[in-house]
Amino acid sequence: MTDTFSPIGRLADHRLALAGGILILMVSLMAVLAPHVAPHDPRQTDMDQSLTAPNRTFPLGTNKLGRCVLSQMIYGARVTLGVGMGVVLVSALVGMILGVVSGYYGGMVDEVIMRLVDVMFALPGILPALIIAGLLGPGIFNLMLALTITAWAGYARIVRSSVLTIKPLPFVESAKALGASHLYIMRVHIIPNCLAPVIVLATFGVARTILAVSALSFLGLGCQTPNFDWGAMLKESLLYMRTAPHLLVCPGLAIMLLVLAFNFLGDGLRDLMDVQANRKQKY
Amino acid sequence: MDEYLLKRMVSSVIAITGVSLLTFLLLFVLPGDPAEMLAISKYGPRDATQAAIDHLIRQEGLDQPVVIQYARWLKGVVSGDMGTSRISGKPVWQEINVRFPATLCLAGTSLVVSLCVGLPLGIVAALQRGTLWDHLATGTSLIGVAIPNFWLGLILILVFGLYLGWLPTFGYGTLPHLVLPAATVGISMAGITARLTRSAVIDVLGQAYIKTARAKGLPGRVILSRHVIKNALIPIVTIAGIQLGHLLEGTVIIEMVFAWPGIGRLLIEAVHNRDVPQIQGCVLYIAIVFCLVNVLIDLLYTRLDPRVRLTDRD
Repeated sequence: MTDTFSPIGRLADHRLALAGGILILMVSLMAVLAPHVAPHDPRQTDMDQSLTAPNRTFPLGTNKLGRCVLSQMIYGARVTLGVGMGVVLVSALVGMILGVVSGYYGGMVDEVIMRLVDVMFALPGILPALIIAGLLGPGIFNLMLALTITAWAGYARIVRSSVLTIKPLPFVESAKALGASHLYIMRVHIIPNCLAPVIVLATFGVARTILAVSALSFLGLGCQTPNFDWGAMLKESLLYMRTAPHLLVCPGLAIMLLVLAFNFLGDGLRDLMDVQANRKQKY
Repeated sequence: MDEYLLKRMVSSVIAITGVSLLTFLLLFVLPGDPAEMLAISKYGPRDATQAAIDHLIRQEGLDQPVVIQYARWLKGVVSGDMGTSRISGKPVWQEINVRFPATLCLAGTSLVVSLCVGLPLGIVAALQRGTLWDHLATGTSLIGVAIPNFWLGLILILVFGLYLGWLPTFGYGTLPHLVLPAATVGISMAGITARLTRSAVIDVLGQAYIKTARAKGLPGRVILSRHVIKNALIPIVTIAGIQLGHLLEGTVIIEMVFAWPGIGRLLIEAVHNRDVPQIQGCVLYIAIVFCLVNVLIDLLYTRLDPRVRLTDRD
């Protein structure tokens, strides 16, 4: 291991994290540039080419309607990755604000917010999102709403505990003594110092959200036709499992690889942030 | 510790009450008029006339303030009456009770599978750190964490059910029916078990008492069984606690994949049918089981490790 001070250099030490980052970047680029990258129009039907196995024209084969699976996956990545990142971004932001407020002010506000967090944790995993999404009705927006409503709690809890350790430190006390406002202290001293665990949690959060989105779409509670994501593609593949297994294998593998990539990146970031935390403690 | 237990109980009760309140309120934020939906599900779309709706509103007390409706519902829940399912017309409790054994069976078997696969994998990886075995075990566990559990189930169905024809792919009742669903949930959890076990064992291996045992000249086998495993057991119980969430979540989704007649499938079907009383019942039931087992695991934890004073934990 090289001892380098640049975060990028240290991230590069973790080959897996780097590989994960590159994969994420590639999938993101493909999703953004979908119209230029996809070999076919994902909605173009061709009944003569129904359920063909992977071949030269259709690298990953076609589905029932003769649509190119590769193109569908490239466009589907927009939904899967977009929802994954969007949900995490919003819920991390909301969770962070509530966590900072909860930890900083304490008292009644803290009590109320933390009990709400407990409620969110009283049901395991994606169950609350499943119920909310199901009752709101299927659709991408409702799915995102449901996942965001349930995902903020984890961030709030972790931020609150970092705020509690930062709050009694001398630099916060001195800022207070110098007459800084609460808002200033939170913005300048508290939030930057509890960002690291949030970033790590958020990276793993994207992986979890991608799995959740896929599962909910698979159950018919997410993406609806004519829209599709990888989970919805898997749902569709059920009818043709025996005749066209490529429909089942490709989106599932893609989900797994992307989740793996985010987990690797999260592992790397966690090591990276820990190094920084250790260094800070040493001084 | 009693104080701690009490505190945990109270916070669990608060959380469960919160869940009940939120699930109850869901009814009112839903798009569409609840009374009309109720009438349609009860009488069918043709007979859901305005008169029928008005009758239902009076009968079910839907014109009363939300707080009173909630209080009445809660009173029913406490006395064991959660209303009737709008689809089947049977009491919600009865539906849940019929389905519960299937879920318990699947969850229990899955937990055993996950421990049988994950523990040895984690222990081997920790003992053979840096070797091919470690990489293999770690790699397997990483993939296990990342694989969508429902997809794993479908792949198993494809291979063992459709191609090889060894096992039934859906249904319930006999042992062969249990194999694929339990393998799916178990394997998808084994990755986490292995990962956590590995780090727990590595932690123990670094302790001074292991060095002492080695210095005494104890054979490796004895050190492993008497010192390493025994001490690693404490974090492993915690793993079981962490696993519980995955277990319940996995069971719910896998029940859909394998048409397993458990609570998970009951819940998802109720969600699809917008059968609100049934949803409320299932959600409350799962929340209570989840919180209760979590408290139990915490208790077990204090029993296993006398050093832990759980009052310090928060």
